[in-house]
Amino acid sequence: MRKTMTGLIAGVGLMWACGTSAQAQELTIFWAEWDPANYLQELANEYEAETGVKVTVETTPWADFQTKAFTEFNAKGSAYDLVVGDSQWIGAASEAGHYVDLTEFFTKHNLTQVMAPATVKYYSEYPANSKKYWSIPAEGDAVGWSYRKDWFEDPKEMEAFKAKYGYDLAPPKTWAQMRDIAEFFHRPDQKRYGIAIYTDNSYDGLVMGVENAIFSFGGELGDYQNYKVDGIINSEKNVKALELYRELYGFTPPGWAKSFFVENNQAITENLAAMSMNYFAFFPALVNEASNPNAKVTGFFANPAGPNGDQFAALGGQGISVISYSKNQEEAMKFLEWFIKDETQKRWAELGGYTASAKVLESPEFQNATPYNKAFYETMFKVKDFWATPEYAELLIQMNQRIYPFVTAGQGTAKEALDALAADWNATFKKYGRNN
Amino acid sequence: MATAVMTSLDTKSRAASRGMSDIRIRNLFIIPTILFLIVFNIFPLIYSLGYSFTDFRASSNAAARFVGLQNYRELLNDPFIWSNFAITAKYVIVSVTGQVIVGFGTAMLLNRDIPLKGLLTTLLLLPMMLSMAVVGLFWKLLYDPSFGIINYTLGLGSFEWLSNPEVALYAVAITDIWMWSPFVMLLSLAGLSAVPKHLYEAAAIDRAGPFYTFFRITLPLVAPILMIAIIFRTMEAFKTFDLAYILTSQPTTEVISIRLYKMAFQEWQTGRSCALAYIVLIMILAITNIYVKYLNKVKER
Repeated sequence: MRKTMTGLIAGVGLMWACGTSAQAQELTIFWAEWDPANYLQELANEYEAETGVKVTVETTPWADFQTKAFTEFNAKGSAYDLVVGDSQWIGAASEAGHYVDLTEFFTKHNLTQVMAPATVKYYSEYPANSKKYWSIPAEGDAVGWSYRKDWFEDPKEMEAFKAKYGYDLAPPKTWAQMRDIAEFFHRPDQKRYGIAIYTDNSYDGLVMGVENAIFSFGGELGDYQNYKVDGIINSEKNVKALELYRELYGFTPPGWAKSFFVENNQAITENLAAMSMNYFAFFPALVNEASNPNAKVTGFFANPAGPNGDQFAALGGQGISVISYSKNQEEAMKFLEWFIKDETQKRWAELGGYTASAKVLESPEFQNATPYNKAFYETMFKVKDFWATPEYAELLIQMNQRIYPFVTAGQGTAKEALDALAADWNATFKKYGRNN
Repeated sequence: MATAVMTSLDTKSRAASRGMSDIRIRNLFIIPTILFLIVFNIFPLIYSLGYSFTDFRASSNAAARFVGLQNYRELLNDPFIWSNFAITAKYVIVSVTGQVIVGFGTAMLLNRDIPLKGLLTTLLLLPMMLSMAVVGLFWKLLYDPSFGIINYTLGLGSFEWLSNPEVALYAVAITDIWMWSPFVMLLSLAGLSAVPKHLYEAAAIDRAGPFYTFFRITLPLVAPILMIAIIFRTMEAFKTFDLAYILTSQPTTEVISIRLYKMAFQEWQTGRSCALAYIVLIMILAITNIYVKYLNKVKER
């Protein structure tokens, strides 16, 4: 009887041990549904081939991404081990304890030097300048522009443009030139329009679009150190930038008031617009002839400079974080160690992912790999981002509420919209005791 | 012994012929239903009422802090919230009025002897059987200013239905009218077919005109059932979320449920959104009560 019991206990113990081991052989990464997630799955398959650890990249549409991720975090769910979360989540997720502190990992692997500075600043560090890190820069991204080379290089168009504006038609170097070109190509009677910009106000589409103008006009959203916004978000520079964005909206195709990355790529593929704003991560579809019949005549340029020569762009992209409720944290850290290796980052870029590794970004091999990689490289060193405080979602919604009616319907003035926004943000920061 | 067996069989057969006993019905159906309601309706309702007096945020790990009526006070003083209520009220009025006119009008037409009446009625009911999300996406294409069939058919060029803040709410209401008029039609049809024929015959003998017949016979007799349709549709329109959310993101179409959703699941202001949900609930109850009182008056006539 004793032998039977011993055998039984040993058997149960063995099963339990095997079960734990088997569980640790799998990792789930949560991300939004887009091409980079597919590239990450391909990369993860290579990790599985090397280590035997199966990594699944689970995705959800962008519209649900934030809600689904935070619902899982709030429930302290262990469905996901890692998340490739938006940069503005970092304050909310770290302060609430949803993310594992990766400071030690960061220091050990000297990631502040390995990764491009802007990606460390915006994807990883919270609070700003605290030297505390919560994510590994994973998918670098920023807003850039695509344009119709065939329209721009048409001799008749070039001649007509020069006659009207007094300078050569070429990819714009400034926002003022971009406005002229948008106006020039805006021909509703021919079903051709000047420009496609972000206008969707349901998350960060419109806000990021406007940020491109604000940052390049030398403006800021506020002082991220002391939460001061009055006189900054409603500065003269920002007013001018918002006014120009509103003007550009007048050159968009009809019904462009809820447009984001899908529609902006369609503007190029469906011969709708001469220029189109979009994240670099969506440009692979534009050089692919299967998804863009105009692939051969599509060109790219970085976000142009403002009136004083400032040239910045809104940051997209995400860092990868370990979820504190994951039961496979040790395995997740091993995956991250593999992910940050130079050769992995190189491979990540080859697959189509936007590496944040400074070494890979600087390599001529990367910069010449696609028609837009050079513009991406240049942009990644001049990006700025939205607030990453825990109440970022409220700030985002308030900004949408204030600027959307002005941009898409011309209601009120840019100054009124930004003054009201400053008051909203002040009240929000006061509510959470940030600027006391 | 034989007598005892016979008695037992008789009792069983009597029970069988009666169906299930009251106790069995209570145990099998009523108690589980009440338990289900308590667990999934009453408990969350009370729990969320508690949260509505706190500053709780589901996205943070901080404990809920009691703030009394602060959430309610702030919400009722928030001009954005009042603007959301005003948009909702406008939407309810346009949408329900449209549904009553179209639904009742269609029912009047179908209440005649026309060929293929059954098939027509079934086809007209199809819109309300579709999913809201599908209807939203379908109408988004119809409204498209570049290739939408509505502008093409009406010769409106590139008129913007969903991007125009002045028109977007009406565009959503038109879609809702298209989808839910069949519901009003169905109820109206039931009411119309129940009007005794002899009343019309008597009216005809008295040489009453169609206007008089409609307002003195048809409408008063159908009114109670029409009121029920209006109550249902008002409650539903007040809670509208899907159509407005899918079709457009104009501030002028941000009905109160969209604001509530954003507050609860995008901003994670859990306590505050619970308070807003209670304000909405109280408003719906108040409106419904007014309707029910009016319905009772109509019935008494």
